[in-house]
Amino acid sequence: MNAILKSKQEAAASRLDAAVLPEAAGWSKAAREDALARVRSMGLPSRRDEYWKYTRPDTLTQADAPEAALFTTDETPVFNDFDRLKIVFVDGVFSAEHSDELSLEGIEIARLADAADISWASELYGALETKGQKPVERPLAALNTALASDGVLIRCTKTPSKPVSLIYRHENSTSDAVLHHVVKVEAGASLTLLENGPAAARLNKCLEALVADGAEFHHVRAQGRDHERRAVTHMFVELGRESVFKSFTLTVNGRLTRNECIIEFTGDDAIAHVAGAALGDGDFVHDDTVFITHDAVNCESRQVFKKVLRNGATGVFQGKILVKPGAQKTDGYQKSQSLLLDGDSQFLAKPELEIYADDVACSHGSTSGAIDEDALFYLRARGVPHNMATDLMTLAFLAEAVEEIEDDGLKAELTGRLEGWLLRRSHG
Amino acid sequence: MLEIKDLRVKLEEEDKQILKGVNLTVEAGKVHAIMGPNGSGKSTLSYVLSGKEGYEVTGGSATLDGDDLLDLEPEERAALGLFLAFQYPVEIPGVGNMTFLRTAVNAQRKARGEEEMSSTEFLKVIRAQAKELKIDADMLKRHVNVGFSGGEKKRNEILQMAMLEPRMCILDETDSGLDVDAMKLVADGVNALRSEGRGFLVITHYQRLLDHIKPDVVHIMADGRIVKTGGPELALEVESNGYADILAEVAA
Repeated sequence: MNAILKSKQEAAASRLDAAVLPEAAGWSKAAREDALARVRSMGLPSRRDEYWKYTRPDTLTQADAPEAALFTTDETPVFNDFDRLKIVFVDGVFSAEHSDELSLEGIEIARLADAADISWASELYGALETKGQKPVERPLAALNTALASDGVLIRCTKTPSKPVSLIYRHENSTSDAVLHHVVKVEAGASLTLLENGPAAARLNKCLEALVADGAEFHHVRAQGRDHERRAVTHMFVELGRESVFKSFTLTVNGRLTRNECIIEFTGDDAIAHVAGAALGDGDFVHDDTVFITHDAVNCESRQVFKKVLRNGATGVFQGKILVKPGAQKTDGYQKSQSLLLDGDSQFLAKPELEIYADDVACSHGSTSGAIDEDALFYLRARGVPHNMATDLMTLAFLAEAVEEIEDDGLKAELTGRLEGWLLRRSHG
Repeated sequence: MLEIKDLRVKLEEEDKQILKGVNLTVEAGKVHAIMGPNGSGKSTLSYVLSGKEGYEVTGGSATLDGDDLLDLEPEERAALGLFLAFQYPVEIPGVGNMTFLRTAVNAQRKARGEEEMSSTEFLKVIRAQAKELKIDADMLKRHVNVGFSGGEKKRNEILQMAMLEPRMCILDETDSGLDVDAMKLVADGVNALRSEGRGFLVITHYQRLLDHIKPDVVHIMADGRIVKTGGPELALEVESNGYADILAEVAA
């Protein structure tokens, strides 16, 4: 056995030995045990892994969560003014006290930790994650399936009157949260899922979603403002015929964020858009890793990721489009751009296309650049102060990603947040 | 109003003197025109006055109503009432024209300690101004200058001028890239802004713009200096004889 794999397996073993395995309910027990075995065999990610070349995984894999000071702010939380079903987790633990009653017409919701045998969920829990381990291993997702202590199971049979909103509070500076959600949107229904908040000092979150034929799944996420939090998240999404999946993530601050999104088209004529806007200042690493598999005809995938980096912040993008044989008429588009506000920041991008069908349109564009000095001067010559002009151009740069949010109200909410956060930074 | 004394400017990056002692005074209420061959330093003068980077002032001064312009940031000069209509207006993808204008108007007002314009008031004013310049609602909504035709870009410059109400306006080759109709529209916009308290410096290659924006004084610039100053008839002389005669006469 090679030495690298051996050391990764040792890391996995010591992590698992130190971990407290949750009391698995009967229905998820098999999936958890399977995941446990897979983690032991794969080992945990190391710096030597190609897939972790740009982002150091050690603080995500080590036994204890590195301490993260709590961030206090007088801002109202994101999505505060939206009518939504609120489900609150405090340091990774569901809080009934802060949550709404888990009931909304059109959907069934249960808490992972105390759900009785739910057949639809037992078919999915760990299943999409397992499938998503090929062709690239994602040990932290398998670790999540094994160790997840909380989360929600949402089955949407009819379009509900309002979004479901997962709120992650962070109140303990050494909390280590492992959350696993399972979502199933049944044929013809449409679900909007909101997520916001820093969650914990360290978060490992996994979301498995099955979007059935003709269903829609809209996902809008704002990852919290805590400067010191760390997070690794995985979304595994499988799309049926004529289904739609749109996901947008706004990330501001956070010492380390690795967001993986693994999408597979299994039915024809489906659409998946995944977008993100990240603002990093200083000690900040943000990694978007996306893997989209086209295994059906005439599907459209679109990736739009924008990052604004300053004071030594690092942005990473690894995006892949895999078009399987027979996935004709695939329309795949990938864009990753960074705006570097100074010479200390860096953007590392690895766009990949792997195509085995001959009638497809796939493209990717990755750019990295400084602010346009001519435009900056133009704004200043009209009386707009330097800071404000930079902010205006920063927002303009991010706008293309934010535009991917379909709902105008949510789009305006996140644009407003961005404006507010920029303003705070520039003007005290 | 605008007083330029013995202004000397070189490029920051290379040892190339562009302005070699420019003297020029524009009084309130007057329109001065600067004409001159390519490379004479006309555009450099407009950039240096508005504060673009890349130039080094090696001597002389430029003041607006006594305030030293050259020490100020571009936005501070704008707030003092200096406006440059760009020869090549810059496209800013992602920034809405309306947002841009309101940000600019209110930033200037704030810098001057004035009350900011409310959204309603702003909308009212901009709609009226846009109508005068035949700028439709769509152009106001689009991103700054993105996808604008040459004529639309120049009309957008004049709209900005109208909204910002500067005291001193510099127009850098505003006629370039315009057909006759577009030029007339732009000139009408400028003429509507002529007033006792406002000075204009119109930089142009050709006399034709000056048919529409009638200057009080015409200067000929060559090799980094103002070499001749006269009335409107000087522009006509350039139009019929070119610069060669004037330059030869000055050299003699």
